[in-house]
Amino acid sequence: MRPAGGPGAAPSGAPAGGAEARRFVGGPLLEVRDLVKHFPIRLGLFAGVSGWVRAVDGVSLSIAPGETLALVGESGSGKTTTGRCILRLIEPTRGSVRFDGADLLALPPRDMRRMRRQIQVIFQDPYGSLNPRMRAGEIVREPLDIHRIGAGRAERDDRVAALLRKVGLDPAMRDRYPHEFSGGQRQRIGVARALALQPRLIVADEPVSALDVSVQAQVINLLMDLQEEFGIAYLFIAHDLAVVERIADRVAVMYLGRIVESASREEIFKNPLHPYTRALLQAIPIPDPARARERQVLRGDPPSPAQPPPGCRFHPRCPSAIETCDRIEPPLLEVAPGHWVACHLYPGEGGTRGNLSAPGCV
Amino acid sequence: MSILEVSDLSTHFGTAAGEVRAVDRISFRVEEGETLGLVGESGCGKSVTALSLLRLVPPPGRIVAGRIIYKGTDLTALPEKKMRAFRGREIALIFQEPSTALNPVFTVGYQIAEGLIVHGMMKKKEALREAVRLMQLVRIPDAERRAREYPHQMSGGTRQRVLIAMALACRPSLLVADEPTTAIDVTIQAEILDLLRTLKRELRLSLILITHNLGIIAETADRVAVMYAGRIVEEARVADLFASPRHPYTAGLLRSVPRLGEAGPSTPGGRKQRLPSIEGSVPDMLHLPSGCAFHPRCPDVMPECRERSPRILPVGAAASSAASPGAAGAVACFKHHDGEGRPR
Repeated sequence: MRPAGGPGAAPSGAPAGGAEARRFVGGPLLEVRDLVKHFPIRLGLFAGVSGWVRAVDGVSLSIAPGETLALVGESGSGKTTTGRCILRLIEPTRGSVRFDGADLLALPPRDMRRMRRQIQVIFQDPYGSLNPRMRAGEIVREPLDIHRIGAGRAERDDRVAALLRKVGLDPAMRDRYPHEFSGGQRQRIGVARALALQPRLIVADEPVSALDVSVQAQVINLLMDLQEEFGIAYLFIAHDLAVVERIADRVAVMYLGRIVESASREEIFKNPLHPYTRALLQAIPIPDPARARERQVLRGDPPSPAQPPPGCRFHPRCPSAIETCDRIEPPLLEVAPGHWVACHLYPGEGGTRGNLSAPGCV
Repeated sequence: MSILEVSDLSTHFGTAAGEVRAVDRISFRVEEGETLGLVGESGCGKSVTALSLLRLVPPPGRIVAGRIIYKGTDLTALPEKKMRAFRGREIALIFQEPSTALNPVFTVGYQIAEGLIVHGMMKKKEALREAVRLMQLVRIPDAERRAREYPHQMSGGTRQRVLIAMALACRPSLLVADEPTTAIDVTIQAEILDLLRTLKRELRLSLILITHNLGIIAETADRVAVMYAGRIVEEARVADLFASPRHPYTAGLLRSVPRLGEAGPSTPGGRKQRLPSIEGSVPDMLHLPSGCAFHPRCPDVMPECRERSPRILPVGAAASSAASPGAAGAVACFKHHDGEGRPR
């Protein structure tokens, strides 16, 4: 039996939906194993470390080329930290991140910079993530300049025009500054910048959350179009499950630093197993007054990731908690092909045990 | 009976770049015990409407026209000193940001009690006891102890409950909730909305719920007013609005919301279903299009839409009985009325 929780606890390490990815030939594009990120808590400038926030506490997932994995969770679930660790915007405490076979965490900074051409990011806030002093064209061209792509300025400028057109912006707008664009247009600039280096993976962190409903749909459609055209894989980090259902191939649900369930899109939405996933789905207000709904409202707030509860981290709020839940942390088990759940209600009879999935699983 | 009747309200902001008509001749009413949903996208004027009702519009904004009749009194005509007796005591506002709407240096108990003290309804000691009772009312466990805590010691959901307790302190009749759950997680949101619905029933409150979330509108509102670029473009009972939206903007908005279970099946590597969307984006309030502000994005645009701005007029049963706008439904669109206001 592994110790419950704790920074030293063995991670429950099956790639989210590892089995599901098997249908893709040639292995996963991204494979994250046992990723851990603990932030120190210091109570003063010179004080020692008084505790650890276990933002990400043993997350494993994989993404196949051209696939969209949605990482879903509420604030404090660790989904954004997971994305940032993959990009090495913050250094993980432990774990491995392999991209196209290469161990990203072992790469020296130089090689990591080169690798960044293939892994790009789209941020949530189209207001804060663009440099207000740069023109739209410069923002999109900057990655081309940095990586010295294209022979000379003229060729890069042609590329910028093509990129802007690709995301539905008029290249004539290239000389405008970010504040002259609407939120949706700004997010398109962010998408164009992410596309500039023809990446194979884009980490999209809540890319449509800040947008108005009517514009949100445009950007979701754009992301799907670009994926079909260029075969880009997305790690789509989001909290809105209705959006996720549109765009994802597979879904991994996070709670307090751990993946509690992962499965194909159809499975998650038609057959959610983890009580947290169910609560999350039920909590979404439905835009249809004719459909009165049965709702199990969760009681209590999510605990702090600095002091996750013993046993299953969800047990204090779980409507189905049983006796073992507050003592033993359930491992992530494959209860049906490609459907992984970390919950004592699903012992996964004869199912695959979490750690079996080594490199051969994909 | 209407508790609130707003007619032809306009709130403008004088900026260096020009006059912004943030709220432009809007009319609506709230019946006693009713929940009116005010829905729209960013910049449509829904928050300015809320602030106008309480006459809290920050400069350079000001109410330039219209009447706000609350229980028979025209609030726009009141001197500031008399207006104060209405704020919090008759009409209370629940703010959007639980992290910024609370003062970090006072205990939450004191902040809830403050309104009671300011309005001279209670002495400090009694008000602090009442604050604990209000915290129990909004289902904060261990209220006695938590009343002595500061906002940073509480989670976002609990802070939102504190804001609701603050709004309820002086027993207002009308509650204006501006995006009360936008900043909090969906599982907590469900709890807060549940609480609002229960309290509204128990305390016989009328509620104006401002949100961009159509799901929240569908589950909480009795009647809905849809705003676009400073105007109310459609008003209807909630079931009617969702079943048969009349304004092309409302229809587009309803179509573009992703709904659970409607994404359609996907085949491995296959094409995913696209969401219908409204072309273009919300207009810049400083440079509004001519005629109907929605016309550049409208799929049903007609020549007259570019020239004239349609008035909001009753439709259906409301039109034939010549009742006032909003009794059953009203829409501002030339698809439904000609330039002379005759139904089409």
